Amino acid sequence: MANKVLVLGEVRDGVLRNVSFEAIAAAKQIADGAEVVGVLLGDSVTSLASELIAYGADRVVTVEHPHLKSYTSDGFSQAFLAVYEEEKPEAIVFGHTSLGKDLSPKIASKLQSGLISDVTEIEGSGEGALFIRPIYSGKAFEKVKIKDGIVFVTIRPNNIAPLEKDASRTGEVATLAVDIQNLRTIIKEVVRKASTGVDLSEAKVVVAGGRGVKSAEGFEPLQQLADVLGGAVGASRGACDADYCDYSLQIGQTGKVVTPDLYIACGISGAIQHLAGMSNSKVIVAINKDPEANIFKVADYGIVGDLFEVVPMLVEEFKALKVNS
Amino acid sequence: MNIFVLVKRTFDTEEKIVIANGKIQDDGAEYIINPYDEYAIEEAIQLRDANSGKVTVVTIGGEDAEKQLRTALAMGADEAVLINTEDDLDELDQYSTAVILAEYLKDKEVDLILAGNVAIDGGTGQVGPRVADLLGINYVTTITDLEIDGTNVKIVRDIEGDSEVIETSLPLLVTAQQGLNEPRYPSLPGIMKAKKKPLAELELDDLDIDEDDVEVKVETVDVYLPPQKAAGRVLEGELADQVKELVNLLHSEAKVV
Repeated sequence: MANKVLVLGEVRDGVLRNVSFEAIAAAKQIADGAEVVGVLLGDSVTSLASELIAYGADRVVTVEHPHLKSYTSDGFSQAFLAVYEEEKPEAIVFGHTSLGKDLSPKIASKLQSGLISDVTEIEGSGEGALFIRPIYSGKAFEKVKIKDGIVFVTIRPNNIAPLEKDASRTGEVATLAVDIQNLRTIIKEVVRKASTGVDLSEAKVVVAGGRGVKSAEGFEPLQQLADVLGGAVGASRGACDADYCDYSLQIGQTGKVVTPDLYIACGISGAIQHLAGMSNSKVIVAINKDPEANIFKVADYGIVGDLFEVVPMLVEEFKALKVNS
Repeated sequence: MNIFVLVKRTFDTEEKIVIANGKIQDDGAEYIINPYDEYAIEEAIQLRDANSGKVTVVTIGGEDAEKQLRTALAMGADEAVLINTEDDLDELDQYSTAVILAEYLKDKEVDLILAGNVAIDGGTGQVGPRVADLLGINYVTTITDLEIDGTNVKIVRDIEGDSEVIETSLPLLVTAQQGLNEPRYPSLPGIMKAKKKPLAELELDDLDIDEDDVEVKVETVDVYLPPQKAAGRVLEGELADQVKELVNLLHSEAKVV
């Protein structure tokens, strides 16, 4: 059993990301009764500590420094390693996000440890915990464990359920002073391209378009459907290659792998590379003019028809459903 | 500029995965250069052409990986290095891979190292940043634009759909994201020339690495395929009724909205 598990809480635009609450749940399972300690790094993050505690952290350590305002691997690794040295945990959990993917290998290298990335499920608890992760973009899964040394994992958003929030929970919040220096990277600017606040990899609903969307404008009804459902828009490689949308929206073996509750594929034929990126979604809906399209083989529900007819009707029906419920 | 590109031989994206005796079967499988590594190779070639210098592609694996290295040479890389671990190691993980690559690179006076941001097989994205850390150089992951002026580097990187504009300096390791460039296909003259380009083969002994130094930290217990999905339901009737039925099913049966 791990003596203690550290969980990095990830803050974006002043709020904690959902994946951090999921990471606490994962840490609890690994800890098997031992202490779970949240870690917050930033220039003004201490006020968020109580939320980590409400989601299950036993206590929280924060490091605040002007150099931690924006994420850099140099700044965040110095801060996190300082907390590590103080706490000496036997396990660490990060979210498998842009930040987590960038930071975790550096920390693992500094600790000369193994690192299990992109975990979607944890089997068992404590020392016997086994970690399940997709390989070949979800065409297969592997079950792995750390042979020796620290148990360090990153968990994929949307796969491990967070614990129920309990605002009455209390815990110690401590601040560690760390001297952050020698940042080799300067962030000049962040250009927001994602059209809504919903991140594709964390979205509960994804509405994706393929070549059948036919143009950049063709994505508008898809965006409307995503907005009604509080979801995000994605795309197949075909749509990206045809310049209908940005590559950052691409879902598939190259591109993002997503596992939302609901995936609505519009005008996507379903090439094996695309299926790799979405076939582990909980419920899949396919809308395609071609009844032979491969996407219907993985879909739970299918409508054979023109997406430009079907999608606007869906928008209206979902709006009506919202009003009635 | 002294440029190195870390490449990995992976299954073709068209390949279906077959598992027998707890292992992924590779008989008859087609192999490619990991698609993200192709962006790295292309970027390296363009940088060399603009700044002069040399591009060396490096991989770890068995004899079979020579084919992917020849492809990279045919695209325009100058030299290739195969670190052959076939006889020495049964297994590799991200830790051991990074240690081996860093041992090879440590005395090479590297200006820039490029790699794919993730390999489409293992999918961890760890090796690039680990190598940079072991070499004590800075790294930037998932880049979509790279400008180098002397030792000053300006980068645009993809962070979950948004773009971050970064300034840093050489020496540096970067990992390529889709959108960085359009990788070229090897030309026929390129393929002919590639046959004569240097391809060195090294073993752990040549790098003074002891097998114990690269013992894996992560152990695979099992490999399996995702559960087969039962055939779905294609709705019928008037389109408007299908839409109503679908919304109803998602709400009442699947309970996802």
